[in-house]
Amino acid sequence: MLKVVLRLSACLCAILAIDAALATVAPADASAAAVVRGYPLNFPRDYGAHNEFRTEWWYITGWLHTRNGAKLGFQVTFFRSRTSPDLIAGNPSAFAPTQILIAHCALSDPTHGRLRQAQRIARAGLGVAYASEADTQVSIDRWQLQRTSERYIARVQGENFSLQLTMLPTQPPLLNGDRGFSQKSPLPRSASYYYSVPHLQVAGTVEREGAPELVTGEAWLDHEWSSEYLDADASGWDWIGMNFDDGSALMAFRIRAKDGAQHWAAATLRDGQGNTRVLNAEEIRFTPLRHWRSQRTGISYPVEWRVRAGPVEFELQPLLEDQENDTRATTGAIYWEGAVTATRAGHSIGRGYLELTGYGEALKLR
Amino acid sequence: MKAAGTALTLRVLLLAQMRQQPARLLIMLAVIAIGVSLGTAVFIVNATALNEFTQATKRLVGEADVIIRGPPRGFSESLYPKLSANSAVAIASPVLEIQAAVPGRQSPLKIIGLDVFRAAQLQPALLGDLTGDIRRMFSPRGVFLSARAAQELSRKPGDTLTVIVGSDPVALEVLGILSIARYSQAVGLMDIASAQWTFRQLGQLNRIDLRLQAGVDAHGFSAQLARDLPQGVLAIAPEVERDRAVTITRAYRVNLNMLALVSLFTSAFLVFSIQSLSMLRRRASIALLRALGVTRLQLQRGLLAEAVVIGSLGSAVGVLMGIALATAVVHLLSGDFGNGQLQVSAGGGPLLDPWSLFAAFLVGTVVACVGAWFPAREAAARNPARGLKAGDSEIIIPPRRLLLPGAALIALGICLVILPPQRGLPIAGYAAIAALLFGTILWVPRYTEAVLSLWPRTNRVALDIALAQLNGSRGTMFLSLAPIIVSFSLMVSMSIMVHSFRDSFDAWLGKLLPADLQMRLPPGNDTASWSDDEQRSIAALQDIERTDFRRTLPLYLRADREPATLIARDMRAQPTQDILPMVASDANVDPQRAVWISEAAQDKFEFRLGQPLTLPIAGATHRFVVAGIWRDYARANGALVIPRQRYIDLSGDKSANEGAIWIRPGADAARVQQAIRTRFSTANALEMMRSSEVRERSLAVFDRAFAVTYALEALAVLIGLAGISVAASFTAIARRAEFGMLRHIGLTRGQVMQMLATEGIATAVLGTLYGLALGLVLSLVLIFVINRQSFNWSIDLSIPALQLVAFAAALIAAAAATAILSGRAALTEDALRSVREDW
Repeated sequence: MLKVVLRLSACLCAILAIDAALATVAPADASAAAVVRGYPLNFPRDYGAHNEFRTEWWYITGWLHTRNGAKLGFQVTFFRSRTSPDLIAGNPSAFAPTQILIAHCALSDPTHGRLRQAQRIARAGLGVAYASEADTQVSIDRWQLQRTSERYIARVQGENFSLQLTMLPTQPPLLNGDRGFSQKSPLPRSASYYYSVPHLQVAGTVEREGAPELVTGEAWLDHEWSSEYLDADASGWDWIGMNFDDGSALMAFRIRAKDGAQHWAAATLRDGQGNTRVLNAEEIRFTPLRHWRSQRTGISYPVEWRVRAGPVEFELQPLLEDQENDTRATTGAIYWEGAVTATRAGHSIGRGYLELTGYGEALKLR
Repeated sequence: MKAAGTALTLRVLLLAQMRQQPARLLIMLAVIAIGVSLGTAVFIVNATALNEFTQATKRLVGEADVIIRGPPRGFSESLYPKLSANSAVAIASPVLEIQAAVPGRQSPLKIIGLDVFRAAQLQPALLGDLTGDIRRMFSPRGVFLSARAAQELSRKPGDTLTVIVGSDPVALEVLGILSIARYSQAVGLMDIASAQWTFRQLGQLNRIDLRLQAGVDAHGFSAQLARDLPQGVLAIAPEVERDRAVTITRAYRVNLNMLALVSLFTSAFLVFSIQSLSMLRRRASIALLRALGVTRLQLQRGLLAEAVVIGSLGSAVGVLMGIALATAVVHLLSGDFGNGQLQVSAGGGPLLDPWSLFAAFLVGTVVACVGAWFPAREAAARNPARGLKAGDSEIIIPPRRLLLPGAALIALGICLVILPPQRGLPIAGYAAIAALLFGTILWVPRYTEAVLSLWPRTNRVALDIALAQLNGSRGTMFLSLAPIIVSFSLMVSMSIMVHSFRDSFDAWLGKLLPADLQMRLPPGNDTASWSDDEQRSIAALQDIERTDFRRTLPLYLRADREPATLIARDMRAQPTQDILPMVASDANVDPQRAVWISEAAQDKFEFRLGQPLTLPIAGATHRFVVAGIWRDYARANGALVIPRQRYIDLSGDKSANEGAIWIRPGADAARVQQAIRTRFSTANALEMMRSSEVRERSLAVFDRAFAVTYALEALAVLIGLAGISVAASFTAIARRAEFGMLRHIGLTRGQVMQMLATEGIATAVLGTLYGLALGLVLSLVLIFVINRQSFNWSIDLSIPALQLVAFAAALIAAAAATAILSGRAALTEDALRSVREDW
C-alpha cells in the first residue's frame, strides 16, 4: 500500500537514490488525472498501468518456505512515476522521460539477520523498461513482473540474491475502500485507486550467494495508482496486509498526524466465504506493544502490535526484528517493512506484511 | 680511518675552494641548479596537466568495460535496447556526445547527453552533484556545466548558454554547476532526450557505455560484438579512452623532457670543464695533500665528495626553483607550454610527487659527480712531486686516444638514426643525437691540433705568441671548447629545425589558403554547419567570384586509434599538387575512387600509396584508393581528403563547415565579409578572416609554440658562455706569471691584451665552426628522424644562414670580450710580483 516509492534507496549508487524529487518535490502536475469516487475498476484493463496518473505501484509481499522448512519474507515492487508534461515540453525523443520506472526488492532472511535489497530505475522507453497499459506487464531490464495466463511471474536479481516466483491467485481481487476508491485523508482529493490480491499461491526459486533453493509460500499483491497521496498534515503511516489461515484477508492502514495521533484510517476485511466489509476509522485500532531500536539509525520502531479491525483482533510478531530499510546514506529515508505473523491467544492464525514509515523523520509525501 | 681521511681531505679541499674561488663554486652551483630546475619544472607541469587530463577522462569513462563509439552523427538508437538485452551486458548506458559550437568560443564545448539513471551506475563520480536535481535535468533545454566550463564561459546557474545548431542559435538554461572535484575540464551535461532534440539527432546515439556481467571477457566480447556493429561504429577498450590525453600529447611532452635533459647535459659538461680547470688551479694544494700522506684513493674520494656536496646543494636549489617555476607556469599560463594541448585548471596547483622530485635531485647530483669524476681521477693520478713544482699547468689530453671511442660513438649514432620509432616515440633518434654529440666532442682535440698546425706564422709577436700558447695548451682549450660546442651545436640544430619547420609551415599555409577569405565554424564542432541553401546564397553574393565549401568530420577507423578527420572538398582542380601540399601521388588512380591521405594518416593507419581501402561513411563502407599523400601540420591524428561530390553522393549530406571565398578583382574584402556576416544571426559561431590574417595568426601561434624552445636554447648557450668565461678567467689567473714574464721581456700591455684577444677569438672561432658543423648534422637528425617520428609530418630543410652567422658572431664577440676582461684583471697586478709568486 502506501509505499516508500519516493525515497527509495539505491544500493548501486548514490544517484539512483531516486531523488525525492521524483514525484514529491516536483511541482504539482495539474495535467495528471484525478482520482474520483465511483469509477468502476475494469479488469484486465486496470491490471495494467495508468500513465495519466502521477504514481502507481504493483507491490507484492509474502512468506516463503524452503524445502528444509526455513522461513523467508520477500517484497517485490514496481513503481511508475509520471513526469510533468510541462517538463517534457513535447520532446519527441524516444528517451523523453515521460514515465520513470523503479523496482525494489527486499528479502527478509533470519539467517542473514537483516534485509537483502536491490533496486532498479529507468525511464520507460525503447523496450528497455516498460509498463503495459493492457495488463500487469512491468519490466526494467531483466527485472520483470508479468501477469500471464492468470498467474503473476516475478523475476528480480540483486547482487547476491535473486528471486524467480510464480504466483497463482486463489481469490478474486479485493477492492479497497469504496469499490476501489481509497481515501487517504479527511480531504477527499487525497485518494487512490486501490485493489489487493490476497492469498497468492507462490512457487519458485530463491537464490542466495549463488545457491538456488526451491520455495513455496503465500503472497499479497497491491496495485494502487493516484495523483495526490498524503495531505500536508500526515507524518507517516502503519500498514498491514494479512492472509489468515481460514482464507480471510485484511488490509488495514492508519495515517499518523505530526503529533503521532491517528489522522486517518481505513481497512478492508474479506472473510473466507468472500463477504467483504469496508471498515471506517472508528473501527480500526493499532496499539503498539513492543519497540525495537535500530543499532544503525537509533530509530525506535513498534515491531509488535495489537490490531483491532471491526470484528477481528490479533497480535503481530515480526519474522525478525531488523527489517529496517536504511537509505539514510543516500536519500535520508528510513523505514521498516517486514514479514509478520498474526497470533491470537498465542496461536498463529495468519501471516502478512507490516510497513512502518515516518518514525525517523516526517515523510515528505503529499 | 679511510673515511676520516676522506672527510679531512674534503674539508681541506672545500674550505680552500670557498676561500679562494667562491665565484667558481657559485657558477657551478648555479649551472647545476638551472639545469635541474628546468628539468623539474617541465616534469612537474607535464605531470600536473597529464594527471588532470587523465583524471578527467577516467571520470568520463567511469566503470565501463567497453565503449561503443560511432561518428558524431551517430548510429540508430535501436542498438541500445539490443545491447541492453545482450546476456553478457550488465548495464548499457546510452550517450550522445556532442562538440557544440558556442558563439565567441574558438573551441567547441563538449556536451554529453546521457541517461542519468544509467550513467549514474557507470560514472558515479562524475554525476554525484546531481543528486536531488535529477528531475530538473529532464528540462529539454537545460544543461549542467562543469566548474571549468562555467568559468570559461562565465555562466552561473540560471544563465543562458547559446549553442549553434546548423546556423541557428539555441538557448540552453544553465541548471547548475558541477563542483571542480567532479570534473576538472570543461564539459556540459544534458539529458539524453534533451540532447537528441536540441542537436537535431532524434533517434541517434554516438556512444554506448557497457558494463559486462561478472566473468565476461571484455576483449572476447568486443571482438565478437565488432562483427555485429554498424559500419564505422567501434567497440573501444576503456584503456584507449583513458590514455587519450597521454597519447595525444606524448610526443610533445617527450620533446619538452628532452629539451630539459639537454640543459642538464650541458651542465654536466660545464661541471667537467670547471672542475678540470680547478684541478689545475689547485695542483699545488693537491700535491701538498698527497705529500702530507693523503692517499690517492682518499684524494679521489675527497674530490668526488666535493662534487657530491656541490651537486646536491645545486640540485636542492634547482628542485626548489623548479617547483617555483612550475607553480608559476601552472598558475599564470594554465600549464600550457605553448602548444595548447595540455591545460590545467589553476585551482589544482602543481602536482608534486616526492619521488619524482627526489629523482630530479638525484639526477642533478649524479650529473655533477659524473662531470667531476674524470678530473678527480686525473688529479689523483698525478705525481705529487711534479705538482709541487711550478709551471705544471697543463692537462695532458692525448688526442689520438680519444679518436677510436669517438668514431665508435659516431658510428653508433648513425646506426641509431635509421632505427624506426619505439612505441611512436623517436627514442633512437634522441639516443643518436647524444651519441653523435659525445662522439664528435671526443674528436675536438684532434681537430684543434690539425687546425692550429695549419695556422701560418705572421711574424707579429702578439699573434704568434697567442698561437704558440694555444698550441701548448690544447688540453685547457678542449675544456673551454667542449661546453660551448655542446650548447652551440644544440642551439644551431634547434634553430635550423625550427626555421625549416616554419618555412615548411608557411608554404603549407599558402597551399591551404589559396583564396582571399576563409570562413569556418569552430573546428571540431559537431553542431554548427551551413546548409546547401546557405552555401548557395553566399556564392551568389555580389563581388564573390568563386567559393569552395568543405565538410570535415571525425572518422573512426580503428578501435585503438584516435579518430582521423575526413575532409570532403572540391578536388577537381588539376594537378592536385596545386591545391594540396603533396609529398607523393599516384596519377593512375581513378579520381572517382581517390582518397588523399595526410602523412599522419599514412603512419598511424599504415596506409600506402595506391592501396585500396574501405572507409565508413554515413553508416556504410565504401571503396577508395590512396591517390596521394600530403603534408598536414594541422591534424595530428591523420586526415583523409575525398572529393566532396562523392561524399554527398554517399551520405546525402550537403552541409559544410569550412569555406574558401575568392573575391572579384577590385572588390572590397571588408564589404564582402560584411555581406556574408549579415546572412547569419549575430550569435552565429562563424569565424571569417582574410587568408593573409589567418596566415599571420597561424605563424604567431607557431612562434608562441616554440617560445619555450627558444628560451631553453638561450639558456643552453648562456651556460656554454659561462663555461668560456670561467675557462678564460682561470687561464688568465693561472698565467699571471706568464704575463709578468712577457711584460718583463718588453711586451707592451697592449700587445699582451692583443695576444689574449687573439687567443679568445681563435678559441671561439674554432668552437663556433665546429659547433656549426655539428649543429647542421644534428639538425638533420632532428628534422628527418625525431620530428618525422614524433609528429608524423615531414619538413623540408631550410638553413637560416643569416641567423646562424649572427649567433656565431655574437658568440665569438662574447668569447673575445670575456678573454680580454679576464686578462685585464690579471694584468692589473704588478708584473714583478707575479713572476715572483711561483718561486
